[in-house]
Amino acid sequence: MKKRLHKWRLIALLGIVGLVLSGCGEPFVSALKPAGDVAQSQFDLLILSTLIMVLVIIVVIILFVVVILRFRRKKGDETIPKQIEGSHKLEIIWTVIPILLLIVLAVPTVVTTFDLADTKAMDKKDKDGKTKDALVVNVRANLYWWEFEYPDLGVVTSQDLVVPTDQKVYFNLTASDVKHSFWIPAAGGKMDTNTDGVNKFYLEFDSEKAEDSNNIFYGKCAELCGPSHALMDFKVVPKSKSDFEAWAKDMKSVKEPVVEGDVAKQGEAVFNKSCIGCHAVTPNDSRPEAARQAPNLATFGERQRIAGVLDHTEANVKNWIKDPEKYKPGNTMTGTYGELSDSDIDALTAYLLQLKVEEK
Amino acid sequence: MHADEKFTDATWPASPEKATLEGKNKYLGFWLFLGGETVLFASLFATYLALKDKVPNGEAALAKDLFELPLTFVATMLLLTSSLTSVYAMYHMKNNHFKQMQAWLVITIALGFAFLGLEIYEFNHYVHEFHHTFTSSAFGSAFYTLVGFHGGHVAFGLLWFISLMVRNARRGLNLYNAPKFYIASLYWHFIDVVWVFIFTVVYLMGMVG
Amino acid sequence: MSTYANKKGFGATIWDYLTTVDHKKIAILYLISGGLFFVIGGLEAMFIRIQLAIPNNDFVSAGFYNEILTMHGTTMIFLAAMPLVFALMNAVVPLQIGARDVAFPFLNSLGFWLFFFGGVFLNLSWFLGGAPDAGWTSYASLSLHSAGHGIDFYVLGLQISGFGSLMAGINFLVTIINMRAPGMTYMRMPLFTWSTFVVSALILFAFPPLTVGLVLMMFDRMFGANFFDVAAGGNTIIWEHLFWIFGHPEVYILILPAFGIFSEIFATFSRKRLFGYSSMVFATVLIGFLGFMVWAHHMFTTGLGPIANAIFAVATMAIAVPTGIKIFNWIFTMWGGSVKFTVPMLYAVAFIPTFTMGGVTGIMLASAPADYQYHDSYFVVAHFHYVIVGGVVLGLLAGINFYWPKMFGTLLNEKLGQITFWTFLIGFHLTFFIQHFLGLMGMPRRVFTFLDNQGLNTGNMISTVGAFLMAFGVLVMVINIIITSVKNEKVGNDPWGDGRTLEWSIPSPPPFYNFKQLPLVRGLDAYWVEKMEGKKEMTPAEPLGDIHMPNSSFLPVMIAFGLFVAAFGALYHMDDKSWTLPIIIVGLLITFGSMLIRSVKDDHGFHIHKEDLMDDSDKGGKA
Repeated sequence: MKKRLHKWRLIALLGIVGLVLSGCGEPFVSALKPAGDVAQSQFDLLILSTLIMVLVIIVVIILFVVVILRFRRKKGDETIPKQIEGSHKLEIIWTVIPILLLIVLAVPTVVTTFDLADTKAMDKKDKDGKTKDALVVNVRANLYWWEFEYPDLGVVTSQDLVVPTDQKVYFNLTASDVKHSFWIPAAGGKMDTNTDGVNKFYLEFDSEKAEDSNNIFYGKCAELCGPSHALMDFKVVPKSKSDFEAWAKDMKSVKEPVVEGDVAKQGEAVFNKSCIGCHAVTPNDSRPEAARQAPNLATFGERQRIAGVLDHTEANVKNWIKDPEKYKPGNTMTGTYGELSDSDIDALTAYLLQLKVEEK
Repeated sequence: MHADEKFTDATWPASPEKATLEGKNKYLGFWLFLGGETVLFASLFATYLALKDKVPNGEAALAKDLFELPLTFVATMLLLTSSLTSVYAMYHMKNNHFKQMQAWLVITIALGFAFLGLEIYEFNHYVHEFHHTFTSSAFGSAFYTLVGFHGGHVAFGLLWFISLMVRNARRGLNLYNAPKFYIASLYWHFIDVVWVFIFTVVYLMGMVG
Repeated sequence: MSTYANKKGFGATIWDYLTTVDHKKIAILYLISGGLFFVIGGLEAMFIRIQLAIPNNDFVSAGFYNEILTMHGTTMIFLAAMPLVFALMNAVVPLQIGARDVAFPFLNSLGFWLFFFGGVFLNLSWFLGGAPDAGWTSYASLSLHSAGHGIDFYVLGLQISGFGSLMAGINFLVTIINMRAPGMTYMRMPLFTWSTFVVSALILFAFPPLTVGLVLMMFDRMFGANFFDVAAGGNTIIWEHLFWIFGHPEVYILILPAFGIFSEIFATFSRKRLFGYSSMVFATVLIGFLGFMVWAHHMFTTGLGPIANAIFAVATMAIAVPTGIKIFNWIFTMWGGSVKFTVPMLYAVAFIPTFTMGGVTGIMLASAPADYQYHDSYFVVAHFHYVIVGGVVLGLLAGINFYWPKMFGTLLNEKLGQITFWTFLIGFHLTFFIQHFLGLMGMPRRVFTFLDNQGLNTGNMISTVGAFLMAFGVLVMVINIIITSVKNEKVGNDPWGDGRTLEWSIPSPPPFYNFKQLPLVRGLDAYWVEKMEGKKEMTPAEPLGDIHMPNSSFLPVMIAFGLFVAAFGALYHMDDKSWTLPIIIVGLLITFGSMLIRSVKDDHGFHIHKEDLMDDSDKGGKA
């Protein structure tokens, strides 16, 4: 009877652990607030393993406390305790029970491993070579920025990943310079972007959870890649299926950036002189990967952040262009465009902030 | 029993390499070292297999273009024979026949040098005929590192044998230097075994494609 | 001979240590240099925690931070934990098996000097253009991309010190196999000796892959090879495999000796033989074996595919079983015992819950799909600090406190020891427990800063406060060491009063030949067996006779120094400087010349004569 009571207390305690865990962190960045099926299945494994492990810890702690309370040596006590060789019965118990506990964890682990690696949908192509019923995004990680190419839509963008909610989004992952790792904690675990070969996986973004976090998730680079590794953030913008399709249509329709105002026009000239060698300004960038040396700026005016980390303000755009090294040490943009005068920078900023696709 | 004590055929122990504690330690320690060396070469083999025929462009030479059986077969025979002659040397060492041991070691060394000469010729051939160099491709780096590591071991083994023979030429065998000769020959056998794997994995499998 | 160790000038003492081949003195060398590197690594850790105390901090710059984090990891693993483990092995293992020295005293010295010069070389990078900055794992694409010479220092420094570790491994294996005292069967060996034995085998098989990895990296960076250059057909994943085939056994190389130390301490201060000795031995061997089968769990997100991930996940979980056996055996060693809470025992007791925490997060990490979330986040940082600090460092602190009297003949102060213990332990949990949650809340590892408003501020602040507590604990320990060394109150053979194994049957510190007569071992816990029969000493296994001892030699320093010099030449070789080739040649000449001298100059050692030994015993407690 007493034992059963104990068990109930245990379950209550575990429930609390689960609650505490899920209460942690901000919904747009925490793995403890899963916002999709992939993250959920990983979170479930986390809870399962935590429960098993808390069970183990409790057993150890109880034995431990009993031992250090009961068997302290009294002052001046010179008795010699009985020398016990061991106990086969006990040893079998603490060999077999852990094995059983591990099997409980191992089975769902193996099943989930295979589930999350199932990217067969990416291989089903129609006669035009387009993926049949799946959305594919090619992710290319670079020293400290991200490129997202939608091969079936013919659209390239960077820094802000736009995805439809409530469906599987498949990713091809690669890196162009050094190894990085693609991680959206709220949506699921990470996968490395290697310099050799392409890694594939999928994520899902739940529409309700997306609303909870104001339709934004933070993405991170999770593999040390140089000085600004910590600043290699990107943002994920989840959209409903119809909104996503509308966005894709807008993106495709941009042939050339249209800006208004003299300052911005002047900025365009500066851009075409100093920046266009690396940066594209339309989402239909058909150049090969190697030529796309810098983030695509077609949606720059709508970005969540400047350079992935700074607040999206005019002042920050100017600061960034003036001295990128200060905000992202080790970036590959510093020193590639000569000295720009303050008026050049003002003009350029005006131009860049008008680069929008959706809000037109 | 002092290590540099003089022995007659009658007093010479059956396993002179393990007759003293120092000898026993050397013998065991060296076997263990060869265990580590095995892992070292295993890592190099794995690297080679991963990078075999991995070249930057279509013009670079591949394994099947490079390797020729006759040359490597002769090299293999030279090294295998030298392993056999070192066994004879150790047979005489165990029987306290110093002169005969030295003679067989001289043959072993000569065969070793012949092998090294062939290897140098071979590398030279690849570099000049095929532009297959250490820096030309990942395949080149892996090939020269694996085979070169082995070649380096051969060269070190030769120097080892020579310095042992020169050092002990006048004073003959005793329980202090017997273990040294013995582990040098162990090393030589190990080199030979590694070569058998190189011959199979790099050359034979390379020629098959 | 008997006055040999008495009254020497400072210069003579230095020369003595430079040339010594005595395992006890080499242990002290390892302890001092390992301790020094531990303090350096600790300072680097403090820089890290200060930088991360608040969001957007600019205490150190981004590039410098990467150097600090790399050197913190590299220093702590290779230059602090490894040598401190070797210090205890050298100090204790020959005594525990009843040997007069290790099998290869010369190699023992050479191993130390290789480690030392390798460590110094690596740390000189701070003053010569910047330290390595690609993490202690130094993944190939980033380390090839890294400018400057930092990575070259990493490659060459680790290569040199790695040779030293390999030698130590072979040395201990041969020592334990060949030099046990009469009656010391394998199943009577103390558990610290057993763990040293298994660890030495791990070193022997784990270091060569690292050697190969470092050679390939060196060829790529310094001599134009293309192993990791994808454009020329190379493959960066090879580095990851080679590194972790070494790297995973490496963590067992560190933790198993700690297990061994704790096993000795639990038995000693519970006055009870180790519970389930044979299953403890079996578990140690099994952990060592499985340690080689699980390296790819560090690469779950690399993209090896579901089959590899599933296999390595299950294999990793299997390691929990032998580790669990150990935990329960330790608890049941205390059960029914007479437990005395000395400082070493405090560490041992604290180790059980702490290490259990680290172990269970290890199991959580083994679950591959969940690991996609944990990998390279602060969760992993928390996990491995729980096992390495909560296991290895607690073990080393316990071992140093426990064996201090055997090494130096004086006890460390208990009160100060307790202060160190409590501040270090509380500081440790404060620092690292919260990091589990930081990781799960989306904080990647190895970030030099974090942005505000991500829910990460409080946790990081708590962590930094904890780090200061740990630093305080270490500071008190240093003070403790200084005070007790100055006081230098001599203790007898068995200062803890409950010694069970051979090392407690001889003076503290032991004479340089350890055992005047080799002891006869009549069971597990040989000294305890004799004590229980009312005897004060071991029964000798041989009559008093001449003792053969090895000669001191300066050549190990020369050999290691030559490589140190050559490494500078190799390092700057890629800058096309004309002086580099001569430097390489000079360095290698010093090394190989010294080796040749060693090889052609006969060294038969010397004998201590029976008569001198008799003198010794008449004089009584001479140290």
